[in-house]
Amino acid sequence: MRHGKYRFIIGFLAIPLALYGVLVISPFVQDFQISMTDWTGLTPDKHYIGFDNYRKIIHNHLFWQSLWHNVLLLLIVPVVTLALGLFFAFMLNVGGRRKGSASVAGVRGSGVYKIVFFFPQVLSVAVIAILWQQIYNPDPEEGVLNVVLNSIGLGSQTQSWLGDPNLALACIMAVMVWANVGFYVVLFSAGMSSIPTEIYEAALLDGAKRTTTFFRVTLPLLSDTVATGWVYMGIIAMDAFAYVQLMSVNNGGPNEKTDVVPLLLFKTAFRDNSQYGLAAAMGVAMLIVTLVFAVLTLRLSRRERIEF
Amino acid sequence: MTTETFDGAPGSSPRKSGTPASDAARWKWRRSEGGVLNAFSHVFLAVWALMVGLPLLWALWSSFKSSGDILSHPLSLPTHLHFENWSHAWTKANMGQYFINTIIVVGFSTVGTMLFGSMAAYVLARFEFPGNRLIYFIFVAGMAFPVVMVLVPLFFVTTNLGIINTLPGLILVYIAYSLPFTVFFMTSFFRTLPTSVAEAALVDGASHTRTFFQIMVPMAKPGIISIGIFNVLGQWNQYLLPLVLNQGDTNKWVLTQGLADLAVQQGYQGDWGGLFAGLSIAMLPVLAVYIVFQRQVQAGLTAGALK
Repeated sequence: MRHGKYRFIIGFLAIPLALYGVLVISPFVQDFQISMTDWTGLTPDKHYIGFDNYRKIIHNHLFWQSLWHNVLLLLIVPVVTLALGLFFAFMLNVGGRRKGSASVAGVRGSGVYKIVFFFPQVLSVAVIAILWQQIYNPDPEEGVLNVVLNSIGLGSQTQSWLGDPNLALACIMAVMVWANVGFYVVLFSAGMSSIPTEIYEAALLDGAKRTTTFFRVTLPLLSDTVATGWVYMGIIAMDAFAYVQLMSVNNGGPNEKTDVVPLLLFKTAFRDNSQYGLAAAMGVAMLIVTLVFAVLTLRLSRRERIEF
Repeated sequence: MTTETFDGAPGSSPRKSGTPASDAARWKWRRSEGGVLNAFSHVFLAVWALMVGLPLLWALWSSFKSSGDILSHPLSLPTHLHFENWSHAWTKANMGQYFINTIIVVGFSTVGTMLFGSMAAYVLARFEFPGNRLIYFIFVAGMAFPVVMVLVPLFFVTTNLGIINTLPGLILVYIAYSLPFTVFFMTSFFRTLPTSVAEAALVDGASHTRTFFQIMVPMAKPGIISIGIFNVLGQWNQYLLPLVLNQGDTNKWVLTQGLADLAVQQGYQGDWGGLFAGLSIAMLPVLAVYIVFQRQVQAGLTAGALK
C-alpha cells in the first residue's frame, strides 16, 4: 500500500474510537469497579468492599421478584409477539388466492395492512405507554377500555387494570405485544416473500393443507429470521424500563408487582439514598442475565442453514 | 391455476386424474377454498388493524375535546373542535420547545452517528492493519450489553466532563451508543461494494479521504439511508438516557421527557385535552414522515435483523 495509509486509518478511527471509548467502554469498565464499593450519594468517598453488594442483591427479595418479572416478560412477550407476527405475515403472503394466477398469493391490500401494523413501531415508547395508561383508566365511567367493555355487553369484565396487582403486569405485557407485532409482520413478510412460490405450489399439489405448509415449509425456512427476532424481542423484554416506569402505579407498583430490574436499578441509583455501588452491582447482574439469554438462544437456534 | 398431474413422470406419486367431472369439482372446491381463505385472512388482519389504528385515532380526536367531555364521554367524537388544547400544549406545556430540542438533538446525533460510524466501518471493512479485528469486535460487542447497566458510571463520566444536562452532551452520548449497530451494519455493507472504482480513483491520485467522501459514500447511499432511518427513530424514542443525563433545566428537555412530565402534571390539573394534544404533537409528525417514506422505513428497521 502507499504511504499515508496509516495516517488515514488513524485519522478516520480517532473520533469514533474516542467517543466510544470515553462514553461506552469506560463506563462499562467503571461499572465493575463501582459495584465493589460502598459508594452512596451521602458519602463523597468510596471504600472497597469486595462482593458485599452482590451478597446484598442475592438476599434481596425485591431484586429476585423484579428479575422474575423480567423472566416472565422474556418468556411470554416474545412468544406471543412472534406467534402473532408469523400468523399475520403468513395471512398476508400465503393467505389469499388470486384468480387465474399462481395458487399461492397474498391477500389484497397487504401493503396497507403492513403500513398500519407498523404504526406503533415508529412511535416513542413514551407516547405508547402514556396513551395506554389513559386507555387503562380504571374508572368504570371514564376509562375507555371499561366503557368499551360495558357497551359491548361485557360489563362484568371491567377491571381496575394497572391498579390490580394481579393484572398490572399482564396489562403492560399486552401493550408490549401491541407495540411490536407490526415489526415482526414486516420482517417475516420480507422473509416469506423471498421463499420461492414453487415450493408452496409443490406442497399444495401434494395435497398439503395450508397449516401443514406453514409448519413444514415456511417455519423451517424462516428459522434464522425467527431466531434473530427472538433475540431482538428478548432485549426489549429485558429492558421494559420505559413501559413500566410510565405505565405502572408508583414506579413498579401496585405492591412492586410490576417492578423490573432496570427500574429497580434506576430507583436504587437515583432515588433511594443514591446507592451507586448497589445499583452498579445490579447492572453487572443484568449483564450476566442478558449474556446467558443470548448464549442460550444462539445454542438452541443453531442448526443447518437451508439455502433457497 | 392448474391442477396438473404428472402421470408417468418418474418419481412422482401416481395420482390419477379422474373424470373431467371430478376434475371440475376439485377445481371448484379449490376456488371456493380460496374465497373462504381470503375472507378468513381479511377478518383477522382487519381486526388487528383496528386494534392498532383505533387507539391512535382516539388520542387524536380526544385532543379536540374539552377535558370534562373526555372524562364523561370517553368514546364520543368531539362536539366542537377545541383547538386551544393544542395551543396550550404547544406554549404553556412547553411542547413546542421540547419538539425543537428533540429535532436539534436527533438531527445532530444522527448525522454524527452516520458520519463517524461510516468512517470507522469503511476503515474496518477495507484496510488491513494490526488491531483491525479487535477494534471491530469491541464496537460490535457494544450491541450485546444493555444501556441501563452503565447508567451510574455514565452519569458520573458526563458530570466530570461537564456535559451533563446539556444538549451537546446528550448528542455525544447518543452518537456513542448508536455506533455499535451502525459500525456493524456499515462494515458488512462496505464489504459488499465493488473495490474497482475506489482503486481506480486512488491510481488517479485521489487521496484516501477524498476517495471515501466522493466515491464510497455515494455508492453506500442505500445502506446509509437505511441505517440513518433506524438511528433517527431510535434516538427520537430515547427516554432513559435523557431522563438520567438531562434532568436539569426544563427548557432543555426532549419530547419524551416532556410527555412523561405532562402526564404527571395533567393528573393533578385534570387538563386531559392538553395531554392528548401533547401526545398528538409527538405522534403526528413521525407518522406523517413514516407514511411518506414507509418503504424505506420498513426496510431500514428490518435491515439489521435480516443480515
